[in-house]
Amino acid sequence: MDQELLILQFQQKDVKAYEQLYNMYCDSVAGIINNIVKNNDVVEEITQDVFIKAWNNAESYSAKKGRFFTWLLNIARNAAIDYTRSKKFKQSKQNLNSDFFVDIIASNDNLDSKTNGIGLKEFVNKLGDTCKSVIELLYFKGFTQKEASEELKMPLGTIKTRSRTCIGDLRLMLGV
Amino acid sequence: MDINKYIATGILELYVAGALSEKENREVFEAIQKYPEIKKEVEAIENAIMQLTAAAKTDAPYSFQDIKSQLKTKTPKVIPINKPRNNWTQYMGWVASLVLATSLIYTINQKNTLEDKIVKERIQLEGMINDSYDNLAKAEKLIEVFRDKDIISVPLAGQQVSPTSYAKVYWDKKTNSIYLDAKGLPEPPKGKVYQVWSLKLDPLTPTSLGTLDTFTADTNKIFTISNANESEAFGITLEPAGGSKSPTLEQLYTLGAVSS
Repeated sequence: MDQELLILQFQQKDVKAYEQLYNMYCDSVAGIINNIVKNNDVVEEITQDVFIKAWNNAESYSAKKGRFFTWLLNIARNAAIDYTRSKKFKQSKQNLNSDFFVDIIASNDNLDSKTNGIGLKEFVNKLGDTCKSVIELLYFKGFTQKEASEELKMPLGTIKTRSRTCIGDLRLMLGV
Repeated sequence: MDINKYIATGILELYVAGALSEKENREVFEAIQKYPEIKKEVEAIENAIMQLTAAAKTDAPYSFQDIKSQLKTKTPKVIPINKPRNNWTQYMGWVASLVLATSLIYTINQKNTLEDKIVKERIQLEGMINDSYDNLAKAEKLIEVFRDKDIISVPLAGQQVSPTSYAKVYWDKKTNSIYLDAKGLPEPPKGKVYQVWSLKLDPLTPTSLGTLDTFTADTNKIFTISNANESEAFGITLEPAGGSKSPTLEQLYTLGAVSS
């Protein structure tokens, strides 16, 4: 099914269409949340909240502002951060351990049986420090280009080319 | 625009990450609309990020069913109507339904009672029909008995105590039984009972054939009594309940001799 059509139907409150989007993206949303809350017990609940929130705010999404996937991940990050604040974790973005996603993926037993699971593990194990930080900040933590540039003390342009290179390796491994 | 160069800048990776400014986002969006190659590239990057982020999910799979019920679908907005409180009309419905319910229960009770009554009356009627069939059968049998030439008919005439009384005995010697028609006897007083006797005349020897205990209840007053005696006469006396060993001759109501 054409993804743009699915999103359009979702915005018209079509539950069936939303189910397809859910099945496509719920694991990614959960992965993002898990990486922030670092507590497996609350991930599912927050993920459900994210998808209910997205449904209730469906009309606020606009393709002109970005990808649906990007929009969904933003809601997920905010929900996860809200959770850590409510629990008085008081984790500011700047204090986060930047290679955490690598540790999670490397030790994820659920991955072994999945498509590309082993490859993803190998990928993160071989990943250079710069790529670890860039991917963690940009995709998992939702830093802007400018924030990442300040955090990593790299010029804005370098963030751009580095992320291109790092994701390039990932795509090579995945074959996409 | 050099598409490959544009792609190579890494701007699309940041676009998928959501790390660009609003202005840059709009520019990329327009480029996507214009160039299918750019769209394809964005989708490939998204696919890679999707798989990478999904790999960080470490718990069991989820089901859409768990959130489905919490998704509010389009529902028409409900406009609340503000009515003044304590308006009598709002109670009228309740009063009406209460009245209706009460009368309904009453009607159902009435119906049940009537149905019970019908059932009872039907049983009674059936009983009566059965009885009348029985009576008819009995009457037919009696007619048969009276017409039989081998049956000896013995009229019993009223005696001193009760001159207007009468009775009749039909004696069937083949079956050693008598049919006593006692319709001509008055109702016995309470505590008393008629007793039937077979008599031999020379010398006078009475033999009790039994008491008519069901006299009052019996409608046709015809009694079948077995009699194996060589009777020469039949008599009926009034005796205390339970009967006597020998007849109380002062209370002899009817008497008749068998004509030989």
